This record gives sequence, structure tokens and C-alpha cells, in this order.
Amino acid sequence: MIEVKDIFKKFGDNEVLKGITADFKPGVTTLIIGSSGSGKTTLMKNMVGLHEPNGGKVFYDGRDFTSMDTKERIDIRKEIGMLFQGSALFDSMTVEKNIRFPLDMFTDQGIGEKTDRVNDVLERVNLAGKNKLFPAELSGGMMKRVGIARAIAMRPKYLFCDEPNSGLDPKSSIMIDELVSEITNEYEITTVIVTHDMNSVMGIGEHILFLHQGQKWWEGSKDEITSTDNKELNEFVFATQLMETLLKKK
Amino acid sequence: MVFHYFGKYILLLQAVFRKPEKYSIYKNEIFREMVSIGLGSLGIISIISVFIGAVTTVQTAFQLTSDLIPKSIIGGITRDSTILELSPTICSLVLAGKVGSSIASQIGTMRVTEQIDALEIMGINAPGYLILPKLLGGIIMIPMLVIVAIALSITGGYLAGTASGAVSAAEFIQGLTTDFIPFTLAVAMIKALVFAFIITTVSAYQGYYTDGGAIEVGNSSTKAVVISCIAILISDYVIAQLLL
Repeated sequence: MIEVKDIFKKFGDNEVLKGITADFKPGVTTLIIGSSGSGKTTLMKNMVGLHEPNGGKVFYDGRDFTSMDTKERIDIRKEIGMLFQGSALFDSMTVEKNIRFPLDMFTDQGIGEKTDRVNDVLERVNLAGKNKLFPAELSGGMMKRVGIARAIAMRPKYLFCDEPNSGLDPKSSIMIDELVSEITNEYEITTVIVTHDMNSVMGIGEHILFLHQGQKWWEGSKDEITSTDNKELNEFVFATQLMETLLKKK
Repeated sequence: MVFHYFGKYILLLQAVFRKPEKYSIYKNEIFREMVSIGLGSLGIISIISVFIGAVTTVQTAFQLTSDLIPKSIIGGITRDSTILELSPTICSLVLAGKVGSSIASQIGTMRVTEQIDALEIMGINAPGYLILPKLLGGIIMIPMLVIVAIALSITGGYLAGTASGAVSAAEFIQGLTTDFIPFTLAVAMIKALVFAFIITTVSAYQGYYTDGGAIEVGNSSTKAVVISCIAILISDYVIAQLLL
């Protein structure tokens, strides 16, 4: 479980996060949604330590991440997997080497064992046999799936996904959502997804946080999101006619 | 402001020298960088060195108009200027352009495509993994390139001097071997080591703190070359003052 307590973050005079408190439970896919500039990605980066908060705490299963020294943080980070918006695959390495990289760095497994693990996770993301391809030879959706495979290679306890659907066609987008959701339930991972894609929200949003102007504006599930009278959330959810049309059809 | 950047540079270096996660992986990276920096630059360094030596010989001969000065002095001047200044400094300036821009753009691209964030999230010391192999590869290979450059410059001087008739082969060799001070070679190696450190770390710093997109990567690469060149010239003067 990840607990975020009263997180503040400023960039110069611009206060991006204004005291956000939230819990992220294991085996549950939590989506952080909000319009551009609402602080979604900043919150995630503060949670994983890519940014340092100006105030507040982040706890990983009760361990205070914000007060840890570099060595202790490295130990926690070995339990974290992250899928980046642009996949962030190492372009000088093949798919196999990308996925094997954390195993090479942190385990004493033999090459056979590591290759087996690579093949397992590649199969899990429906990319079996693509070991020798380079990132430049993959489509956007395939890159995301390799990114997921790399993120779960070390069997993480916490999975973070930053805009996993950006730049993908609807079919690939649904495939990525379902994959992340299945992995979360299968391995009892605490999964946090930053997105502004309403398809993802309605598809896999077990727990949703809506951020507005750096604050937690609303919290609930996908079933509750369409029936709330929260003005800002409604403006976000019904920004396009699509959602309204879908709901009328229902 | 200068102190702010210098402080960031020192903090980055501190992170670079943190204990590696796994020595075998770092070792492979160091060999890869040695090949990239050393073999990758051998061609351009060879061409430049031969011509530097040739031009030094021809121009020295042109300026020696007095019959009272023996022609063998041309060999001596070519040797000393090549060892002390031209090979280490000119080669390092060229390497700042070739190797430095490559390091800055490589690391800068990794920064803007979140590959450095990915390393950090995995629990890897990104400065150590990305910069230490380049630094070690540079300080091993750049002095070697300078040795090659010295040898080729003197050879170029010999060929140009004898081919143009400015100096005979015997006179040139006599000049080369007379009054040789081995310490000059030590000075050249010290310069090469310092310049290698500057090229790799300044360029890595520029790349590591790139913020933005493709244009900023280009800017970082340009800044890396400019700052490295200035730092090389300043340290060249300081080393000359201190050691000679």
C-alpha cells in the first residue's frame, strides 16, 4: 500500500501540488485523472522520488520514502516498476536486453534463468519471439508493452504508469489498459496510472482520484464518476460529446 | 551563478564516483567507451597530427633564414612544440568537438526521452552508470591518442621537411635526438589526462542537465564543446605555468 500525506510541490512561485493526501491499495488499479496542468504527473514523480516534495510524506507499506537516504531509496525502487509516457526504452539495446537490464544489475541469476524470465514476461505482454528487435523497429503499442514487460521483470510490488495510452490507437489503448489491470490483479500489485483518457477511466478505473488546480477534488470509482454533481469533474468527464452519448445509450 | 553551476558539477561528480551496482556491467561499458572514444577518433587524430607536424616543420624552416642557425634545430622545434603543445592541445580541442558533442547529445537525448528517469526508477545510479565508463574510457584512451598524435606529427614533420628539401633526413633526426628532455612527455601526458577529464565530465554534465526537447539537446551539445574548449585552454595555461 502507498500512502501520500499532505504533499506540496512548488516550482519557483508556481504551487503545483497543494496538500494532496491519498491511499493506493494493493491489487487495485488507481487512476489519477485531471486536465493538463492539474498536477497528475508531478504527483506521480513526487511519489517515486523523481521530484522532491516541498512538504508532506510518501509511505510505501509504512516505510517513509521521503525521509530515506539514497541507499534506502534504492532498495525501495527495486520494488517499483514504471511505464513512462514515451516508454523510455534504451534505444541502444534490444528488447531482450532492455527487459534483462534490471535483472543483470540486481540479481545473481544465470543467463538461462534471466532469459527464461524475459521470455515469460514477453509472453505475458503478447510479444513472444520479439527478443532481438530494437526499440526503433517496434510500433508505439509494442514499445509500451515492452515497457510494461521491463517494469514487471523484477516482480515489482508497485507499478506506476504515466499516460500509458498516449499516442496509441483505441484498440492498442484498450489492450494496454487490460494488460495493466490483469497484471495488477494477478500479482496483487499497487498500481497507479496517470491518465486523461476517459476510456481508461471507464474501463479499468477501480479507484479514481480527480485532481484540479493541484488539489484532490474528487475520489471514487468508475461507477460513481458519472453520477457525481462535482462541477469541475463533470466538465472534465463530459468535455466531449462521446461520454454523454455513451451514457444515453446505456 | 557560476558557483551554482560549479556546485551542481561537483555534486554530479560525487554521484559519478559512487560505488557501482555491478562491476562486470560497468567493465563492459568501459571497454565499449574505450573503443568508441579511442578507435572512433583514431582516423581524425591521425590525419590532423600528420598535417600539424608537416606544417610546423615547413613554417619553422621558412622562418629560419639565418645561416648561423643549424638546420637540425627544425627537428628540435617540431619535436618540442608537438610534444608540449600541439599534440595534446589541438587533439583535445578536436576531441572536445567529436567526443564531447557525442557524449552531451547521447546523455541529453536519454534525459529528454526519460531513459535517465527509467534508470533512476530501477534503483540504478544514473550518473555512475552513464558517466563513469565514459570518463574512464576517456582518461585511458585520450592519452594514448596523444601518444599516437605525437608520433605521427613528428613523422609528418620528417616527411614534409625532407620532401620539400627544407631539411635533410640526417639533420632532422639529429635535431630530434639532441637535447631531448623526457619530462616534456610527462607534461604532455598530464595535459592529456586533465583534458580527457574536462572533455568527458563537462560534456556529460551538459547532457545530464538537458531540459526540454531536440533543440535543447543541440544547445547542450554546442555548450559542451564551447565550455570544454575554453576549460582546456585555461588548464593548458595553468599546467604550463605550474610544470615548466
